[in-house]
Amino acid sequence: MEIKSMQFKANAAGSLANVVLQGNLKNAKGKFVTKRAEAIKDLDDFEGTRDAAAAIRNKVIDNLDLWLEAFERKALDTGAKVLWAKDGAEVCRLVTEIARSHGVKKVTKSKSMLSEEAGLNHALEAAGIQPVETDLGEYILQVDNNEPPSHIIAPAVHKSLNDVADLFHKVHGTPRKTEIPALTREAREVLRGHFLTAEMGLSGGNFLVAETGSVALVTNEGNGRMVTTMPKVHVVITGIEKVIPTLEDLSTLMRLLPRSATGQSISNYFSILTGVKKPEEHDGPEHLYFVLVDSGRADVVGGDFHEMLRCIRCGACMNHCPVYQTIGGHAYGWVYPGPMGSVLTPLYAGIENSIDLPHAATLCNQCGIVCPVKIPLPDLLRKLREKQTERGLRPLTERIGLRLWAWVAQRPKLYALGASVGARYLKWLAGDTDRIRLLPTAPEWTLGRDFPAPQGKTFRELYAARRSSTPRA
Amino acid sequence: MRVGLFVTCLVDLMRPRIGFATLKLLENAGCEVIVPETQTCCGQPAWNSGDAPGAVALAKKTIAEFEGFDYVVSPSGSCGDQIRTEYPVLFADEPEWRDRATALASRTYELTDFLVTVLKVDSVPGDFEGTVTYHDSCTGLRSMGVKEQPRALLAKLKGVTLKEMNGCEECCGFGGTFSVKFGEVSAAIAERKCDNILASGAQAVVGGDLGCLLNIEGKLRRMGDETTQVLHVAEVLAGRA
Repeated sequence: MEIKSMQFKANAAGSLANVVLQGNLKNAKGKFVTKRAEAIKDLDDFEGTRDAAAAIRNKVIDNLDLWLEAFERKALDTGAKVLWAKDGAEVCRLVTEIARSHGVKKVTKSKSMLSEEAGLNHALEAAGIQPVETDLGEYILQVDNNEPPSHIIAPAVHKSLNDVADLFHKVHGTPRKTEIPALTREAREVLRGHFLTAEMGLSGGNFLVAETGSVALVTNEGNGRMVTTMPKVHVVITGIEKVIPTLEDLSTLMRLLPRSATGQSISNYFSILTGVKKPEEHDGPEHLYFVLVDSGRADVVGGDFHEMLRCIRCGACMNHCPVYQTIGGHAYGWVYPGPMGSVLTPLYAGIENSIDLPHAATLCNQCGIVCPVKIPLPDLLRKLREKQTERGLRPLTERIGLRLWAWVAQRPKLYALGASVGARYLKWLAGDTDRIRLLPTAPEWTLGRDFPAPQGKTFRELYAARRSSTPRA
Repeated sequence: MRVGLFVTCLVDLMRPRIGFATLKLLENAGCEVIVPETQTCCGQPAWNSGDAPGAVALAKKTIAEFEGFDYVVSPSGSCGDQIRTEYPVLFADEPEWRDRATALASRTYELTDFLVTVLKVDSVPGDFEGTVTYHDSCTGLRSMGVKEQPRALLAKLKGVTLKEMNGCEECCGFGGTFSVKFGEVSAAIAERKCDNILASGAQAVVGGDLGCLLNIEGKLRRMGDETTQVLHVAEVLAGRA
């Protein structure tokens, strides 16, 4: 997918000015946050479960190569084929080759963020193969000129009911409907034909289970089952970090994933898919391929951002992020938005291609608190800021300003003088009022709010004056 | 008990009265309070902006200035947490400094936490009368565990009625340098916070971190609200000097 993260600030301004989007974001925020808070109450020991989940993920990430080999061995035993892709281009090449080798003309897809990373739909279309998104949100986006998703689990969360009503009326050529069941039925009727005619199904994978060589899929719409069982060929595309050791581990992680993501104790559908159809079985694919993708992940192993690989893609960090809640996912400019995206985009798509993202956070740590696998997201954002500074990627004025400020702050007399002058200057700007309407030294502040006036003298000045007037023993 | 008062650079520059209110609260509770004259900034802006060398230099300066006291107290959860949580992290590769940082960290407190947890004060001198709503600043809340302490202290003031707002634990959008790097986004987040403050109907919004309070006051006034008072918890607890 094309990276537009360098335009973060302009994107964010556009989001703020979009009245419809602002209304949609407000609705979504309430739902996700409230439902999750309710759902985690049923767990006897939420914190203990988080610790256990983080430990499972750490165990894998610390020896990722070994766990991947273990998964591969088991998967091969079940009749699946395991392919390795080092980047998005290789994903596109491998999937296209698989499709061609089976004479595939149409591919039904359940949601896969990795296929977004790779820009797979474009590649399939270019090869004359029709990709059909069957997750309702992804379908809405596909028929709306291939709009990119704005959320990892609710890709069309930025759209309102009215938006979808207009869209379906236009693209389906049917009378405009405004009831949600009527709209979903309409999408289902369109998709049903595709499910019956696609020769290949393509899914992501929430987890790969090394013990059994299985892929676990967490979905809510049933489309995942159609995609993975009806066509003769099933291709799973997922990141190499998604492997976990055992089914027991899967059950631990599943206590947290749906609760953290959508506030459900369990998703409507939860599938553990193992191997190809056996002779005595009635359904399932005859050919199963795993395309396991690196795309920057292996470079993260063992480094400063190691902990990010624990991520299980629940989206809780973005749902609870004050910045995401305010501007939505598109502003972040790539596949993954919110705090996890502001870490992943620099790591996978280039730190120099996403200069603003690590700074686009207040470091409030709401994300760190809700993360089911305890990823210290604010720390990782701060470390990325450090990497940017080390590589000289920040604007020159900012770098000079920071160094100058730190230099002065190490010289108390100079600092005291600067603070005295500053306090008087700000007081002068406010004049007779208690506020500054336009702050020349930091104009960004006063774009959307006033800057309160200072008292006019510094604490240290007033304290020194008080001490000299009332000397102590 | 000798307490070093870490004033914070924002209080020094913008609201000295918060520093004096803090001083009064600590002295009233029987502390001998020392204000090291050479103190400047804890270095958090450098640390959060990716300037680790700058942050390390300021941390060393602050440690040297404050390690002689029994406790370090600051009218800020954000600056206090820089000393308490981040200083030991800064010196991962300098064992001698790490030990000094860790020792100081264990004696560093946010003001209301110190009054409640360490001093266990029975009463506070403030005389504020009216309804207040409390904004929980992020770092104080989520890193230092400041939640019930300010409320317990406000409850000791007869004239004060606490009316909790919706989303009192949600970020106000300040975020230090975030507020000037992404001014529009920051102000839009502040607007949600201010909507909640106004909906609470409280006469004053009270908090423990001046950065958040400047952000909230600036947004309230730009929204046309001229009446809601924006006060640091130290000012309310100490009474106007």
